[in-house]
Amino acid sequence: MTGPGIAAYLVLSVVLFATGAFGVLIRRSPLIILLALELMVNAGNLALIAFSREWGSGDGQIFALTVMVVAAAEAVVGLGLIVAMSRRRVELDVDKLTSLRG
Amino acid sequence: MILASFTSGAGEVIVWMVWIGAALALVSSGIAVVLFSNPFYSALSLIGNLASLAVLYLLLEAEFVAAAQVLVYAGAIVVMFLFVIAYLGGRADTPWAGGPRIQNVGAVLVAGAIAVEVIVVIGLKAGGRLSDPARVTGSFGSPSEIGKLFLSDHLLAFEVTSIVLLVAAVGGVILGTAPHKHGEVE
Repeated sequence: MTGPGIAAYLVLSVVLFATGAFGVLIRRSPLIILLALELMVNAGNLALIAFSREWGSGDGQIFALTVMVVAAAEAVVGLGLIVAMSRRRVELDVDKLTSLRG
Repeated sequence: MILASFTSGAGEVIVWMVWIGAALALVSSGIAVVLFSNPFYSALSLIGNLASLAVLYLLLEAEFVAAAQVLVYAGAIVVMFLFVIAYLGGRADTPWAGGPRIQNVGAVLVAGAIAVEVIVVIGLKAGGRLSDPARVTGSFGSPSEIGKLFLSDHLLAFEVTSIVLLVAAVGGVILGTAPHKHGEVE
């Protein structure tokens, strides 16, 4: 085996995921929330690829590539929503978006 | 495949050094993304984050995914983020404004709980099978191998991916179109 085992990669992955989750929870700008979401998606990808190497099968890499496509689609729709919000003069602060509240 | 020449002696040390460097860069740039008050700097830190992830993918012998990571994320998604931030004027948003609110305390607790929980599970399970990686052939993770998998075993995922991208593109265009002046569509 070259380099660290899978446990090291998984710990790194969960640290990155927790950082992203922390960012989603504390930030109020939807732009930064999207960036933190990308961190979480990438943490999942790192775990998938580490397991792919662990089992010697390429399926995890296929899954990671599919996740990458979904993340790209998510970024397009999220950024489109943010641009639409700013067009309608809605303040870019997720704490003030309350019109859908029941 | 790339690492085949590193398998012995000094190579092991080099791999560990590269891994530690990439890991430190990954964690510190991740924290920078979350804590910068200027969204422009956050997006730039995300590039560093994605680059160190690509290094880790190379260490895991996923060459094609590493290349796709750099192309799709650093080349397309981050540039799109930077365009939107430039368009909106990049307003600063300090993460800790207004003192320690209940939401911030909860965020620290939740993120810490996720991290500790999974690290404990990894610690419990990392003993047996998890530290015994499979042997892989030279073509593991190469574009031709990924292409074969995508067009044979995972053809459905490949086709669904194209529909997802199409729907996202249509959605992006509709969301980005200026609202009608005469008000038939708000």
